[in-house]
Amino acid sequence: MSTSENPRILVFSTVKISDPAIDMAGLLKLHYSSKVYTISVPCSSAVKPRWILRALEKDFDGVFIAADGTDCPYGESCTEKTGEIVKKTHQLMKERNIDPIRLKMAAICSVCSEPFIKQINNFSNTLLNLKTKE
Amino acid sequence: MKQRIGVYICHCGGNISDYVDVEKVREAVAQNDGVLIAKTTMFACADSNQKGMVQDIKENQLDGVVVASCSPKLHEITFKAVVERAGLNKYNYVHANIREQVSWPHSDNKAGATQKAIQIVKAAIAKVRLSEAIEPLEVDTTQAVLVIGAGVAGMKAAISLSKMGTKVYLIEREPFIGGRIAQWDVLCLTNETGKELVSRLYTEIVSNKNIALYTGAQLVDCKGSIGNFTAKVKLSPRYVKETCIDKEILKKAINACPVEVPDEFNFGITKRRAIYHNFPAEYPQTAVIDMNSCTRCGKCTEICDKIDLNMKEEFLELKVGSILVATGFDPYTPNEGEFGYNVIDNVITLSQFKRLLAFSEPGKLQWHDKPVKNVAYIYCVGSRQVDGNNKYCSRYCCTATINTALKSNDKFPELNHFHFTRGIRTYGKQEQLYHNASKSGHVFFQSYEDDPCRVEHKNNKTTVKINDILTNRKELEVEADIVVLVTGMVPRSNNNISDILKLPRGRDNFFNEIHMKLRPVETVIDGITIAGACQGPKNVVESINSALSAAIKTYSFVGKDKLMVKPEVAEVTPDLCKWCDECTKACPFDAIFKNEQGVAQVNETVCKGCGMCLPVCPTNAIQLKTFSDIEIASMIDVLANEL
Repeated sequence: MSTSENPRILVFSTVKISDPAIDMAGLLKLHYSSKVYTISVPCSSAVKPRWILRALEKDFDGVFIAADGTDCPYGESCTEKTGEIVKKTHQLMKERNIDPIRLKMAAICSVCSEPFIKQINNFSNTLLNLKTKE
Repeated sequence: MKQRIGVYICHCGGNISDYVDVEKVREAVAQNDGVLIAKTTMFACADSNQKGMVQDIKENQLDGVVVASCSPKLHEITFKAVVERAGLNKYNYVHANIREQVSWPHSDNKAGATQKAIQIVKAAIAKVRLSEAIEPLEVDTTQAVLVIGAGVAGMKAAISLSKMGTKVYLIEREPFIGGRIAQWDVLCLTNETGKELVSRLYTEIVSNKNIALYTGAQLVDCKGSIGNFTAKVKLSPRYVKETCIDKEILKKAINACPVEVPDEFNFGITKRRAIYHNFPAEYPQTAVIDMNSCTRCGKCTEICDKIDLNMKEEFLELKVGSILVATGFDPYTPNEGEFGYNVIDNVITLSQFKRLLAFSEPGKLQWHDKPVKNVAYIYCVGSRQVDGNNKYCSRYCCTATINTALKSNDKFPELNHFHFTRGIRTYGKQEQLYHNASKSGHVFFQSYEDDPCRVEHKNNKTTVKINDILTNRKELEVEADIVVLVTGMVPRSNNNISDILKLPRGRDNFFNEIHMKLRPVETVIDGITIAGACQGPKNVVESINSALSAAIKTYSFVGKDKLMVKPEVAEVTPDLCKWCDECTKACPFDAIFKNEQGVAQVNETVCKGCGMCLPVCPTNAIQLKTFSDIEIASMIDVLANEL
């Protein structure tokens, strides 16, 4: 699946929850595009919209937030708060004429290796279709 | 900006270098701004390489280090220790994961993997270039521990901590200690009864000067943070003085009580008085009055002068360095009509059945004056739910049921056992019980979750029907004298500890550890550990293991006078803050407050570094140390540059 045309995706993943899932995907030799990069943060509710916008403005095709979901060790409000960040950023993206589809969030638990691959592949396809249209 | 950076790229045997051209990575980053040394190494974690790194740092006065190797979960701590040994601050170290996130998932694309590795190492260099030396926060520690819950986990943890020389305050909300174990009869494998186990632990606790045990004690407030918690504990009176030792008089006083309420100890299948006492496994052995039921008629006081209905509740203020939570579980209560529960008279839960077996006279077992011969057990009630919230397996119930059934024949040889299962999970040594039960004539049926067995009651007969997958879905039925619902574990329903201590819960609603394997007894609240079934379903052995583990971890917080805590916390730029209160609302730990200057300030010892306050600040006045805007932006820019 790794070709030069693969969309470039920046993943914000979390140190305690989604990082282990992404690591385990590697351990299980589950392949995904080499154009997918990860920056680790303590919690998905800590991602600033300005970081997402910067990535998109610096030519990443998409940003994926691998959210803690209900597994967040910092509390149940994480899902809601990360959702708010995505909502707020979608609005900012619209104001900058960036298609909101370029930002996606999904809960990735610490053993969600296969769901991570599925999400990333689906997101890659979505972004690829977007590129084709453009 | 760091200008003397050392970069080490690991082959990891061939785990990395079989798919990533590590020499190409080295060449690509060697000329990066600020990089003084760039090396490849066969095993970065090897002693020889660690010594080499220490030498490099000292000889070349390196001010930043990057190691590109396996996941930081494995060796970030190792390399941070290496740079510290060389005299460098560990926050001037950045780890790049080029194995789990590069060589392995991209083993099908060596060129892509190498290019990605180059970018990841460059991003790490960009971050370390901006890194600042920060020191751990030093806090004084109170060398005492509060253990909440005197069930088997709490008691074992308290004993373990006391043996390490720590002062322990053990509080139990109920008037008697022992938790759920006190309600159980013969335990599997050890053949010890719950009463014997509780009795043994209680004797050890009361003879231990390091442990202060309080029953009827409930945590009502807690302030402070790791090293220095102040816990406020409400002590409910027993209304019966400890000097009440004349059992005959007390018995008369109990019999004089006109109130009868369902007895929680026997899960409601018997009644007790408002003043009650002397269940087989109850310690301390002093009676208590349940004031929620007591009418204050005074009849008991007329008989026993050691009873005082005017006793008042008291409050304790305990200063401790750490808190260990072991508040246990509740058995699942089936819904009305679930497999006939509360609708068909002879459908009861496993907890009730165990109590029935315990207090019944040997010989003939009876339920509501009818003899019991055929017992049908329906497994996984309240666990592994298809539609409900309890998706988890409660782990202990298969073993508990088979153990109860086997042991019941010692006392009631006439009993026949029919097990309606969804697959038996008597893991480990407990498998022997399943084997023994099968050999002893117990009959096991099995169904899938989408086709559970049915309980029907017609013509004064109760039958359980199943489409048994072990006999190719043949419909089989058993006429049962009693149907036992094998109920699993659920979190304590009336547990306000979570709110007081701000302990996060997982999706199963039990208390959440940081990581089930890597940090299994720690919570995100520094200084607070969890043990036993409050964390999730566990059997007795597993609860004790987790209690001992939590005790060791807890001791690491209070074993010394001073404690170092992580400095990766939020910080506010006062000039930018307009005090809108959004950050305080976002913080789940009450770590942010309005200071005298009218701007937000972070309590560094309370802040957990989650960063939830960052995105809500409208003026971008909050940064998280080691995850600041410029650090993240520098990484984004570098990662984007390849593109």
